[in-house]
Amino acid sequence: MTSIQFIVFLPLLAAAFAGLSNRAFGTIVPKVATTGALFIACALSWPIFIGFLSGANEAGVAPVFTWMKSGSFDVAWQLRVDALTSVMLVVVTSVSFLVHLYSWGYMEEDPDQPRFFAYLSLFTFAMLMLVTANNLIQMFFGWEGVGLASYLLIGFWFRKPSANAAAIKAFVVNRVGDLGFMLGIFGTYLVFNTVSIPEILQAAPGMAGSTIGFLGHRYDTMTVICLLLFVGAMGKSAQLGLHTWLPDAMEGPTPVSALIHAATMVTAGVFMVCRLSPMFETSPTALGFITFIGGATCFFAATIGTVQTDIKRVIAYSTCSQLGYMFFAAGVGAYGAAMFHLFTHAFFKALLFLGAGSVIHAMHHEQDMRCYGALRKEIPVTFWAMMAGTLAITGVGIIDVGGFAGYHSKDAIIESAFAAGSYPAYWAGVIAALLTSFYSWRLMFLTFWGKPRWITSEHVQHAVHEAHGHHPAEDAHVAHSGAEVADNPQAEDSGSEPHVHGPHETDLPEGTGGYHPHESPIVMLIPLIVLSMGAVFAGYFFHPFFIDPESAGAFWKGSVFFNEHLAHASHEIPTWAKLSATVVMLLGLAVAWYGYIANKDFPAKFADHFRLLYRFLLNKWYFDELYHFIFVRPAFAIGRFFWKAGDEGTIDRFGPNGSAAVVSFGSRLAGRLQSGYLYSYAFVMLIGLTAAITWAVTR
Amino acid sequence: MNGFPILSIMLLVPAVAAVACLFLDAKSARWLALAATLVDLALGIVLWASFDIGGAQWQFVEHSDALFGSFSWALGIDGFALLLIMLSVFLMPICIGASWEAVTERVPEYMAAFLLTEVLMIGTFAAQDLFLFYVFFEAGLIPMYLIIGIWGGVNRIYASYKFFLYTLLGSVLMLIAMLWMTQQAGTTYIPDLMNHDFPAHAQTWLWLAFFASFAVKMPMWPVHTWLPDAHVQAPTAGSVILAGVLLKLGGYGFLRFSLPMFPEASSQLIWLIFGLSAIAVIYTSLVALVQSDMKKLIAYSSVAHMAIVTIGLFAFNRQGIEGAMMIMLGHGLVSGALFLCVGVIYDRLHTREINRYGGLAINMPRYAVFFLLFTMASIGLPGTSNFVGELLALMGTYQVSTWTALLCTTGIILGAAYMLYLYRRVVFGDLIKDDVKAMPDLSMREIALLAPIAAVVLWMGVYPESFLAPMRQDVTILLNRIDRAQPASDSAPSAGNPAAAAARHHAEGEAH
Repeated sequence: MTSIQFIVFLPLLAAAFAGLSNRAFGTIVPKVATTGALFIACALSWPIFIGFLSGANEAGVAPVFTWMKSGSFDVAWQLRVDALTSVMLVVVTSVSFLVHLYSWGYMEEDPDQPRFFAYLSLFTFAMLMLVTANNLIQMFFGWEGVGLASYLLIGFWFRKPSANAAAIKAFVVNRVGDLGFMLGIFGTYLVFNTVSIPEILQAAPGMAGSTIGFLGHRYDTMTVICLLLFVGAMGKSAQLGLHTWLPDAMEGPTPVSALIHAATMVTAGVFMVCRLSPMFETSPTALGFITFIGGATCFFAATIGTVQTDIKRVIAYSTCSQLGYMFFAAGVGAYGAAMFHLFTHAFFKALLFLGAGSVIHAMHHEQDMRCYGALRKEIPVTFWAMMAGTLAITGVGIIDVGGFAGYHSKDAIIESAFAAGSYPAYWAGVIAALLTSFYSWRLMFLTFWGKPRWITSEHVQHAVHEAHGHHPAEDAHVAHSGAEVADNPQAEDSGSEPHVHGPHETDLPEGTGGYHPHESPIVMLIPLIVLSMGAVFAGYFFHPFFIDPESAGAFWKGSVFFNEHLAHASHEIPTWAKLSATVVMLLGLAVAWYGYIANKDFPAKFADHFRLLYRFLLNKWYFDELYHFIFVRPAFAIGRFFWKAGDEGTIDRFGPNGSAAVVSFGSRLAGRLQSGYLYSYAFVMLIGLTAAITWAVTR
Repeated sequence: MNGFPILSIMLLVPAVAAVACLFLDAKSARWLALAATLVDLALGIVLWASFDIGGAQWQFVEHSDALFGSFSWALGIDGFALLLIMLSVFLMPICIGASWEAVTERVPEYMAAFLLTEVLMIGTFAAQDLFLFYVFFEAGLIPMYLIIGIWGGVNRIYASYKFFLYTLLGSVLMLIAMLWMTQQAGTTYIPDLMNHDFPAHAQTWLWLAFFASFAVKMPMWPVHTWLPDAHVQAPTAGSVILAGVLLKLGGYGFLRFSLPMFPEASSQLIWLIFGLSAIAVIYTSLVALVQSDMKKLIAYSSVAHMAIVTIGLFAFNRQGIEGAMMIMLGHGLVSGALFLCVGVIYDRLHTREINRYGGLAINMPRYAVFFLLFTMASIGLPGTSNFVGELLALMGTYQVSTWTALLCTTGIILGAAYMLYLYRRVVFGDLIKDDVKAMPDLSMREIALLAPIAAVVLWMGVYPESFLAPMRQDVTILLNRIDRAQPASDSAPSAGNPAAAAARHHAEGEAH
């Protein structure tokens, strides 16, 4: 498997080339280099994955070179390939390649395309380093590398204050999680005297029952380590408490949201828990905590998703919620199901994001779903792609026959929770499935059904206005100025201009304002079509390998802890429990249909009636306000206090500025310096010092 | 290299050049200074290449009793000293280059002061005689004092006086301690003193006396307030050398004197080091967050980073000490580079006020790339020099004190906050101010200054083995020396008992 080196390092080379050459070769060469590198990486990854599916490949480690050695702390750059890695390889390289391709169209008019593609490839490299890590330190390297790429891409449009704020928030909140990850690594090294993952996993069961000192008390060793590591996973995967950065990350260009904030980076936490699953298995307490956090996030994020109006934010909360599913699957011991959902989710969520990007592109950067409507006929390919994604995420399928991707993976998680006896997680999963179905169909109905409401959008008005009257170049200038951006924080100042019809007042269809959305170019549609295939078939094709009790063990080959007993049990749960996910899916569809097609006054009335609840959800459970109040503002206030009252008011006041005599000494010294005695001064001092010492020593 | 006095030559070259500079005009002085520092860099490379890793503890030893009294010219280096000498000779030509256009007044004297600084720094790291060390160590502040006091900013007199006062007061106590030690041990030879067992009751006092000097140089909280003022007033190259090398003298002192000479006292007073360092990380990081002056912000961040050096040194284990050394090297490069980055835009706009900038990514894209790299290195992103050091130092600390490790690891959050906030305000945002729009991107000279540092920062991050190998044996020797005073750990794990746990788990399973 020497191809693994190419898979991992080609994107790095391409990123370095595109980034350093910047605009020297125009935009085409860097785009071809990065997209080409990803195509090769993707083409090399599938054979590895297929090799593992067929059982032909064995796990292996390709050494690169030594990283650091400090006593028994011996870390090397290594590329590990096993079944678990192979799953991540195809997910990362496939989605990344498709997103590169999609960006050719989406970022068409952006002047900074080489930089964008360099960041995308850099991200892919870091993510590949993460998934091929054979030790915790390299995993942390990838972990921080994807964080860097995420920071750069969220802040890609760095003129926008909101994008900059979101980028910093993403990095800093992730660092809170990294604090846990780092302490977890320290603890792991202290306990096992190694950071090599296979060695840790082998030794972990032997540490059951041991205790460790932490912050002055003694706790169960494995529980402490696992919980610390899991805090890192919570940050990267935006779990309850550390989730606040993910919705704001939607400030980045939409292809970035698809790649980083849906399909790959945010799943790194799930990957970490699965990679270390034999270790987590030794601590029931830690697993219980993971189940709790996963279940809570899955429910909480879904509730917020139901009231958001920005199309990308709905999908962002949906991502957060789906990650919750993966975590509680891991928490109940169904790591195969967690990885399976990660796999299918990567396809259908990337699809939904890229579809949303296509809609935004068609609607002249408008992201508010209240300004959409009736787009079904206007952008049919996008519509059908989004439909496939929606059918997949809501889990449409028929019991014992099969269905769309999410049907196989999400239902497997809900069933595993039931079979493992985690009834709170089971119910959280079922309720979240109801909410998922509701917000997904709400998104579809608001966007593609009903009557056009395009005229209510400032962006569309702007486009219509622009089409007749202004000089195009002048407008382009305005669109790039800070003032315009500040006024429209949701503006995405990229993408090609959709064609706009002149205002023939008489034959204008109602609500369109004379605007005519156009379907996206073919480079954007190809990724949508490919991902639609994944959303439709990935679940049906791959479930034997990931979750089925008879065959999955042979696929995983111990790369994740596969609980065959649990896999069997989840097939034997009562029929009502099996059907519950499908039932609530239909219920959610019905409610969404009632509220957004049949009786359109209903949502407003409902929101009026439950005003408090509505405001609570609309304001995202007030997490941002709370954090701002208890962390951000005090940090600045305390910093100012330490500076003014501490350094200047206390230390300097009683220290160097203490006595008037000293100050006057200083000013006399100053006078002498300025009057030209400085050489004599320096020499006198040096000689004086030397003489003093000599006298003292030799007397 | 037997017999060839390479260390003396490395001292002699800049010393002669310094004197010669005083008799030259500005242009020749610049070139002479550059040539002398480059020669020293070349000699440094020879030194590193011929250093026998795993060989004798002290290499390139030169000894002559020719000096008067019990004062002898004794030079020699181990791995620690080698690496710090390399740091000094690497940064020196860059400092000269950074002053090429920025300094226009009294250029010969300025160059002489820098060359003298180089002599004194190399001397400090190479000295094997206690009083030779003392002279180099303390005299090092004279040229720096002059650089700040003459070529500094508006408030330079106050800053240089504060700098002088702090460092001198600390050093007086150290001198008294040194005198007592030589009386007691009967030698001024540092390698002998490092193996001399001082009585336990005296160790505490000696340790505290040395601590007074090193803590100021470090600088540790609360004797850090001279640093922000000194940095703000110093010219760019002065800041580079101050942050790059002079701040490492304190850490070197702890490593060379406090730990091997007073192991018991070090162990007893570990609470003092850990306490002050933990306060420093949080306190100065929060102060850095609210600064509006770029140099002050970076100066405060230096205090926070240096605190991680001190906890690592006093962790009494290999990871801690090696990590602390790596941070010293990494921070020397990165904070030096950050001060250069500030200098680049200061030269163009003549203000350090953060809010006067914004949107530089648009008209200075190359600058934005370098500044980003050094910002990320300062944050400790894996793949850069500082990560290796911080990881090892904090990992070593965790093995002794989980509380200290937890408090100091918060530095990675706060560090990210203040550095990214700085970067956002300077480089990101829209380009609206006319004078900022007019700023040209990096010149070739500036790229030539930043690119070598960038390369070494990445080298240290990706393959730190080159830097860890020379000091490995010295850490072993030090650990053997201080092992007897090993402080108690609050994190030691007990052995596992899987059978009992499995039985309990099984019982729970049955209960289901």
